[in-house]
Amino acid sequence: MKQFRNMALPYIVWSAVMIILPMLLIVMYAFTQKGNDVLTFRITLQNFVRFFSDPIFLEVLKRSLWVAVLTTALCLFLGYPVAYIIAQADGRKKMLLVLLITIPMWINMLVRTYAWVGILQDKGLINTILGWFGLGPVSLIYTDFAVILGMVYNFIPFMILQIYTSLTKMDKSYLEAASDLGANKIQSFLRITLPLSLPGVLSGITLVFLPAVSSFFIPKMLGGGQYVLIGNVIESQFLTSGNWNFGSAISLIMAVLIMISLYITKKVDKNGQSEGGK
Amino acid sequence: MKPSKKILPKLYMALILIFFYLPIAYTVIFSFNSGRSLTRFDGFSLRWYEKMFSDANMMNAIFYTIVIALLATAISTVVGTIAAIGLSNCKKLVRGVMEQVNNLPLTNPDIVTAIGLLMFFSALGVRKGFLTMLLAHIMFCIPYVMLSVMPKLRSLDPNLADAALDLGATPWQALIKVIVPQIMPGIVSGALVAFTMSFDDFVISYFVTGNGVNNISILVYTMSKRVNPSINALSTLIVVLITAVLILINVVPIIKERREKRRATAVALEENGSE
Repeated sequence: MKQFRNMALPYIVWSAVMIILPMLLIVMYAFTQKGNDVLTFRITLQNFVRFFSDPIFLEVLKRSLWVAVLTTALCLFLGYPVAYIIAQADGRKKMLLVLLITIPMWINMLVRTYAWVGILQDKGLINTILGWFGLGPVSLIYTDFAVILGMVYNFIPFMILQIYTSLTKMDKSYLEAASDLGANKIQSFLRITLPLSLPGVLSGITLVFLPAVSSFFIPKMLGGGQYVLIGNVIESQFLTSGNWNFGSAISLIMAVLIMISLYITKKVDKNGQSEGGK
Repeated sequence: MKPSKKILPKLYMALILIFFYLPIAYTVIFSFNSGRSLTRFDGFSLRWYEKMFSDANMMNAIFYTIVIALLATAISTVVGTIAAIGLSNCKKLVRGVMEQVNNLPLTNPDIVTAIGLLMFFSALGVRKGFLTMLLAHIMFCIPYVMLSVMPKLRSLDPNLADAALDLGATPWQALIKVIVPQIMPGIVSGALVAFTMSFDDFVISYFVTGNGVNNISILVYTMSKRVNPSINALSTLIVVLITAVLILINVVPIIKERREKRRATAVALEENGSE
């Protein structure tokens, strides 16, 4: 079918222009200083030096990683049992539960995040309920808690669905074999179900960690103007202070960090699989 | 099994579902609030809906969201399908490289894609607005279309198109009458994913738009800085629409299947009766 080969050409050109070129622009801006021309630029590490020598930016980086790791861990520990319960359910009920988990994902993230603003206010729903028991009020909005809650809320469906998929793909006869050989439920979960669901867990981790580390509207809406994560720094460099060079350098740092974590996850995945294949 | 063992998972599932749906229910309820407060319900009214429909900014944002989603879906579905068919016939090396390139917008954080496009458009001197937003949406939608068309092409029997060509079909005819019908499910699901990606996008749109062209996400983001219950009305509208569409998509096949089953049993009974 060589006749159709040329059909790929327009898209190859398009993606060189629309995908590759913008990426190259980020790298170029990151290694140059403001005021340089496209033709007469000088390569410099100034932007990276500025980032890594400023304790404020390092603090922001540290907080972003901490928030993302905590969000990912919470999604995993809260989401795994949900995926497990759904995978155990039968036919129609299983479909209904999957649908119920999926519906919120289709609703605009901004809309869903905004919904928490009212709930978390000082006189909001949670504090009203606490008030009935004579507790509170606790300040919830514009705290670490609000930001992490918002992130878990937005990203946990990714984790649940990934783990659920790997659990349903699992061959049930392994479990039967284990119980025939005298394993109890906990043993067969730890030694069969858990290792076999590892690929789902790992892709779930990637799908949560990636948006969590780069998110900037959740910290802005639920953390308030003072709550700054790495995404907010990039946003302000581009949309308010107009220092594209520094902004590009920060995005490059973030992209490299993400690439490293993706690489590690992939490595773990491969190791797990080769062990399972023995 | 002891009943206590079964209650725990049910309770947990219920709590998770409350966690999932509480904010959505809260939004819907407070969209009917007669007061401005987000925390105290003063009484039922439709004033925020009236306000939404008379607000030019909100109506514009809804209009742009839908128009851009439709255009981006149509263009990226056609381009993505053509590119996928072309690539599936390319050498392995080209295909591998292009798959990697295609993955970039999917695996990069949105904000990185967004600033890349922002600098690209400004380097070209294009005015930020409708065109830049549409181009950006087409750019990130195409990979999703290709991702769902490619597997269908891989499982396609290459002999079929060759047979059509041998029998005197032009390449165009072979394409339209032999290849496209077989990969149609992939094309349709690709288009659906593209539409929702475009409809929901915030980060990329936010960076590449300008001159008053906003979509719903950008509007919610900029409006949320002040208390504005019209956002709740808009959210409710979206929630109702999306839930209706999803239920339709999920329930229609079940009804169809049931009807077919019933028809099959009816036919079987009739055959039995005539014997």
